[in-house]
Formats: sequence, C-alpha cells, structure tokens
Amino acid sequence: MTLNSKVPKGPIKDKWTTYKDKIDLVNPANKRNIDIIVVGTGLAGGSAAATLAELGYNVKAFAYQDSPRRAHSIAAQGGINAAKNYMGDGDSNYRLFYDTVKGGDYRSREANVYRLAEVSANIIDQCVAQGVPFARDYGGLLDNRSFGGVLVSRTFYAKGQTGQQLLLGAYSAMNRQIARGKITMYNRHEMLDVVKVDGKARGIIARDLISGEIERHSAHAVVIATGGYGNVYFLSTNAMGSNATAAWKIHKKGAYFANPCFTQIHPTCIPRSGDYQSKLTLMSESLRNDGRIWVPKNLDDAKAIQQGKLKPTEVAEENRDYYLERRYPAFGNLVPRDVASRAAKERCDAGYGVNATGEAVYLDFATAIERYGKEQAKIHGDDNPSKEKITELGRAMIEEKYGNLFQMYEKIVDENPYETPMMIYPATHYTMGGVWVDYNLMTTVEGLYCIGEANFSDHGANRLGASALMQGLADGYFVLPYTIGDYLSNEIRTGEIPTDTPEFDAVEKEVKDRIDFFINNKGSKSVDYFHKKLGKVMWDKVGMARNEKDLKEAMDEIKAIREDFWKEVKVPGEANEMNPELEKAGRVADFLELGELFAKDALQRNESCGGHFREESVEQEGLQKGEAKRDDKNFAYVAAWEYKGEPGDAIMHKEELEFKDIELKQRSYK
Amino acid sequence: MNLTLKIWRQKNARDKGKLVEYKVTDISEHMSFLEMMDVLNEDLVAKGGEPVAFDHDCREGICGMCSLYINGEAHGPDRNITTCQLHMRMFNDGDTIFIEPFRSKAFPVIKDLVVDRTSFERIQQAGGFISINTSGNTQDANAIPISKHDADLSMDAAACIGCGACVASCKNSSAMLFVSAKVSQFALLPQGRVEAADRVMNMVKQMDEEGFGNCTNTGACEIECPKGISLDNIARMNREYLKASI
Repeated sequence: MTLNSKVPKGPIKDKWTTYKDKIDLVNPANKRNIDIIVVGTGLAGGSAAATLAELGYNVKAFAYQDSPRRAHSIAAQGGINAAKNYMGDGDSNYRLFYDTVKGGDYRSREANVYRLAEVSANIIDQCVAQGVPFARDYGGLLDNRSFGGVLVSRTFYAKGQTGQQLLLGAYSAMNRQIARGKITMYNRHEMLDVVKVDGKARGIIARDLISGEIERHSAHAVVIATGGYGNVYFLSTNAMGSNATAAWKIHKKGAYFANPCFTQIHPTCIPRSGDYQSKLTLMSESLRNDGRIWVPKNLDDAKAIQQGKLKPTEVAEENRDYYLERRYPAFGNLVPRDVASRAAKERCDAGYGVNATGEAVYLDFATAIERYGKEQAKIHGDDNPSKEKITELGRAMIEEKYGNLFQMYEKIVDENPYETPMMIYPATHYTMGGVWVDYNLMTTVEGLYCIGEANFSDHGANRLGASALMQGLADGYFVLPYTIGDYLSNEIRTGEIPTDTPEFDAVEKEVKDRIDFFINNKGSKSVDYFHKKLGKVMWDKVGMARNEKDLKEAMDEIKAIREDFWKEVKVPGEANEMNPELEKAGRVADFLELGELFAKDALQRNESCGGHFREESVEQEGLQKGEAKRDDKNFAYVAAWEYKGEPGDAIMHKEELEFKDIELKQRSYK
Repeated sequence: MNLTLKIWRQKNARDKGKLVEYKVTDISEHMSFLEMMDVLNEDLVAKGGEPVAFDHDCREGICGMCSLYINGEAHGPDRNITTCQLHMRMFNDGDTIFIEPFRSKAFPVIKDLVVDRTSFERIQQAGGFISINTSGNTQDANAIPISKHDADLSMDAAACIGCGACVASCKNSSAMLFVSAKVSQFALLPQGRVEAADRVMNMVKQMDEEGFGNCTNTGACEIECPKGISLDNIARMNREYLKASI
C-alpha cells in the first residue's frame, strides 16, 4: 500500500477553504442514523465528541476514568497558542505556521500545520464563548505570554491551569450533549481492540472496568483520541493510567504507526528523588519567561552543592553559568524544549548537576523578582523603594503569575522557591510520533480516525510549548467534524451495524483469551517490575541521546523483557471485577511491543532532528559546533510502520515531506 | 519510617466491608502518600494477596481522581493539596494511619477505597455549561471586555477539580461548594449571565435529587478543599438561587 496524504491541491493559504467548499456533506436527517465512537475524552476526544453530537450524529464516548474531566489534558499548565496578534507584535497565521514547522525541525506535514495555524484564532473565540476564564489585563482584554522557540507573545492562559480550563470547557460542551442524549458516555471503560468489517472500522471491544464485563460497540466510524505513549518510559509526566493500548491495537489491525522515535523530553520537571518514584511532575515552560537557568561555573562549587555543603544563594553571580544565555544569546532561556533539555543533560553529564543525584539544574527567579519589584514600586509611586519592598512587590507579581506552580513545587520538594532557586531536570512529556493519518485525519484503515496527541501529524520532531492544547482542540472542534462528514456521506444507506457477527466474535475472543491468560498465568513477578525494567532500558538507551550500539542493544533487551513478561507476569484477582493490576498488565504488554518499534525507528533515522538526537550526527565546526545535525537529503520523510507480526519485523513506508512554502534551514537559536 | 495502616477493604458494592491492618516498613519521608500505597500493593502482590484498589491518575493534584479519607480528613492532614500531593514527611515513624473512602450516600463504594462520583456528572449535565455550539462562528474573543476582577474571581471558582472532598468533609454530605463553584464561574461572566437563572435552578434540583445534604455553613468544605474554593461561592449561589426563584 502506498501512502497517500490526500493533501488538497492549490496554494497553502487556500487549501483548507477550498477543501471545505468541495467536500460531501451529510444532511441533518441522515446524521441521526449515523453512529460514531470516540475513544478518549481529553481535549481532542472531548471536543470532537461534543461537536459531532451537536452536528446531529449519535456519539458513544469512552474514558477509562470516572469522568471525561479527568483526562490528562487537564494537567497542561502554561497555555494555548493562537495567531490572534492581539499584542500587535507581528504575529500572523503564516508566522505561527512557520514557527511550528521550524520548531518541529522540518519533519511535519506543511498543509496540516498551516490548517492548524489557520483555525487557531477560532479556538480562542470558541473557548471564551464557552466561559473559559482566560487571564485578562486591567482593560478587560485577553492577556498573552510568550513561550519557547518563538519571538512573539501569542500564548493565552488561565493562570497555570490552562489545560484544566480548556478541558472543562470541552467537558461542559459534552455535558450539554449528554443531557440531550446525543452523547452516550461510557465512563470507567477501556477500549481493548478495534473491529473491522470488510476493511472498515466498525466498532470496538471494550471492558467495563467496574464489572469486568467485555462489551461490543458498533459504529459507522471510530475515532481514537487516546493521547501519547510517554509512559513507555515508566517515569514520565503523563498520568499513571495514560497508555498506548488503543493506538497500538489499531496499529496491529492495520493502522500505520509513524515516527515513534519523536518524543519530547521536557526540560523543566522536578528531579526524581528515589527508586519508589511513580511519576515525574512538570513545571510549566512558562516559568522560563521569568526564570533563569544556571549551574555553578566551577566544579568544586557543584560538588559542594551535591554534598549539601553549599547553598545556591551563596554562589556569587560571577561564579554562575547561565548556560542557555551563554550558548544561545538570541533566545536565551526560551530556546525550544529539545535544545534546553540536551543542554541540561550536557552540563549534568559534565558533573555540574546541583542535587545529590547530580541530575538537576537551577531555575532562578531572583532577577525577575527584582525587576518586577522595581517596576511595581514605580507604578505605586515609590521612587526610592527599599530592597525589602522590592522583594515583597516582586514576589507578589511572581505569585500572581505562577503561584500554583510554586506551591506545587514546595509541596513536593519541601523548599521555598521564592527564596531558593528551583531544581529542575528533563523528563519524558509528550510524543510527537503516533498513528499515521492523512489530511483528513484518517488512518490507513478506512473509517478509523486518530486525533490529538495520538496522531503524528503536526509537531514534526519537536513540539513547541502551548501547541498541544491548540492541536487537540483544532482537531476536535474544527477539523475532524468536517473531514469525517466527507467519509460518512457514503454511509447514509448502511444502516445500523450489527454486533452479532463473526468479526465481533473473533475480536472479542482475542480480547477474552488475553485476559484469561493474565489471570491464569500465576507468574512470579508483578506488572510494575516489567514496566520499570522497560522504562530503564528506554531512558538509558533510547533517551535524550541515542547511538547505533545502544539502540540495537535496546531492541534485544526489550524483546527479552517481553518474553520474560509473557512467562512470569503475575496478575492477582479476577477478570470479572474491578482489577487495576489486570488493566496495567494489558497496557504494559503493549508498551513492551511499542518500545521495540520505537528503538527500531530511532535506529533507522541516522540524523539528529528535534527530540531525536543521534550522537553520530552532530555539527563538527563553526558557530553551530556540537549542535544537532539534521540530514534533509536522506531523512526528510515520515517513517510510517506497518505491523507484520513482531515489532522488530515491521516494514517502513515513507511519506516524503515537501516544503514548498518554507525554506529548510538549520534551526539556529544562537 | 515504619507505619501501621488501617485500610477500608470492601470487595464490591454489595460487600459490607471492614478495616484491615497492614504494616509498611522503610518508608521514605520524600515519598508521596500514594507511592507509599504503591509500596504496600507491590508487597501484597508479592505475597499473593490482593492489592488495595484506590483511584488516582495524574498524581499532580489536578485531575481530581484521587480521594481517600486519611485520619479523618479528606486528602489527609496537609492543606490545599490532594492525596497524591501529600508527602510522608507529614507523618512520624510508628504512626497508625486510618485510610477510608470518601463517604456519602451519593458516593457509593465500588471497591475498597474507590467510590462512584457520577452524581457529580449528572449535576454538571443539568446545567454546568453555556449553551453555545462549537461552530467557531462566535464573535471575536476580545469583543466583550471582562473586568480583570471578575475574570479572576471566575477563574478561582473554576479551579474546582470535582474530587468530592467537600462532600466527604461535610457532616451533612452537602455538595454546595462543588455546585456553587460552577454556578459562580458562569454567573461572574457576561457569557454565562444569559442562562444564569435556569442554570442555578436546574443544578440545585439535580443536587437534591442525588441525595446530597443541605448546607449549614460549618465551613469544613472550604478548609478541606484542595483548591481553596471559597465559601463565598455558596453565598453567591444562594443569591443567584434567590434571584431566580422570585
């Protein structure tokens, strides 16, 4: 099968408009006879479910949590981008498009990204109309802040809880449709496989997580919006339940999986404290607006800090190395995430880390507190403020901007970040790779769609801050509702899809057999034992810096862990009851396959781009010496993998990327 | 540190349930409370027992999934946090810790420490929204200026995570703080004013039907709320309710 991205012809600025003018529509009376399954109810799934129901389709929505409001989109802190140009600082659709393609290191599909930029402004209008309480200035208009990798302020925010507020907006839109009976909500349900009939996605098999019952659900189209696969690393900023099962199961049923090695390691997370650690906590990138990142200039100071003999506030200004400002004067502390993460690793590997494990750098707000303090004093008419007054006023400003983040940090680390710099270290955060989709957001299986983080399309090899929320809502509110109609216009004569068919029988049996295996295996090791082992291989060998030798070893090791898992895994309890260990077992089984494909993809991509850094591909001289070296001649493509029985046997299909509207350049933030 | 845990075990909704004692050893003060529970569960699995079921997901205090009534307090002894943000440094070596589910008639136990909070869902479905379609054909976001003061107050109310600590803490099992947070968020914004009267009437009606108790202004909910949702919201909801009723 050759990949057809189905990008409409014509100039990039007109593609989406022309496309919308020409697609087939479904008339309102017929929409009532069409069912759509939406799996996952985060920003993408929630907004899609609400919009499709509003249009008149019958939607069945699935979430593993007890409410759509719990999806992990809720944890996004910093903001959402939109090309509103409210600040008058030169923003435009083109600039947002350009920044996103460049930030993604030229590995995303131009037409999709332009469309994303085009609908971005609409998202803000929509959310405000829904009652999302975005931050405002004293004139009552919307406020903006700026994020990494861009030179304008285009990020809208609701304190440090933007994801929460946007998700609650989508959730409220869903609730309105649930009340109308247009969405049937299946809380505490997990999709365990997709059912295809005559090559088309026609339903899913789901498990009721309370009763353990296996259920069949049919529809005319299935939408997967289940987020990313960051938990393949065991430790990540994802929620504990975030998993790749739906995405992986559809991959095994024919959906190609694209660019799994493009994973974002976020630079500002709270460092780990011990082996018992269950997850890592992100500190919003917005903190880099005002925080300055540094490590000691002298190794002796770093050692003293690691041993607890020296405090950061005792290190004199001239003995601090603000390494991002030093290496990247143009963007400073606001370089994109991949660059900031690698720079932190470089300093820590060289021995300059600032906690007991040596894996932490400082994020310091002292300069910002002083600057804001002076500014505020002036506003209050105090021309000669005392040092204490400046600190007091400055801290109040910082508290207003980042109060909840500072509180969160203090609760976890037990240190006051207003007084001593925060400690941060990179952690797995977001996956740019995912299920391959065409311009319509359809996978390689007909009638099977994939939206939000779960697909691969918009962020290339690196995602810019505040763009995940934008993509989730763009896909759900404004893109999928059009594109899916074009497909469903051919389904108006299909009628209800029966579930008592051999196709449903067969998939249900696969699902039940696997559950029975877990319950009856009675092995010697817990699910978490295997998950942690997998995570360690992924972090050590498929983490922030990768090389051929490590990647080959990783593939072998993951395969070995997988084989051991199927022999030795132990799942207590029964199948027909609430059983969290059983849920985890199924998810980890899928991660153990995905991890191997991830390493295989990283191995074939012998270039450094975005979050994927190959030690073999580094600039050797000049201003950019030591920086990642992209190879456009050989790797300007999307690697879309076809499942062939074992993850290691997957076959790669290439979607060549064309850049007609942007010139490919070295991504320089110097 | 070494601890004694007394945990509510209940096989399913029909089971009677009881407190069961467990011991955990070598607990680090830097662990979160739920990581301590993970240690217990790993140990139970290794010894052939059944792990304790409890709700949790984001583990950063925002999803509202985690609950737990710890030593008689929703989300435990610390303030302005959820259970997943509670750290073991709040406890001492040798302590006995009582761990129970959030209890309310409207939150039936599903298993062990997991409760059913879908009553909250139905209250939201009764009116917790602005009736606007997601067409994208709305007016420009800056067309209506909103005073920063109102927007900030609205945001403070909207910060509710729907965990149910207010209900668990209330001697009447009242859901007033939860409901008033949503009513307030929209009542404070011009977009939400249009339907304010219907919204408050419908949400309160649903709240009563779910079996939540009434508010007697003890303020326990405000103290235990992990997001510091203010009692002022209840006053605002009462005002809205009165306005809508006359």
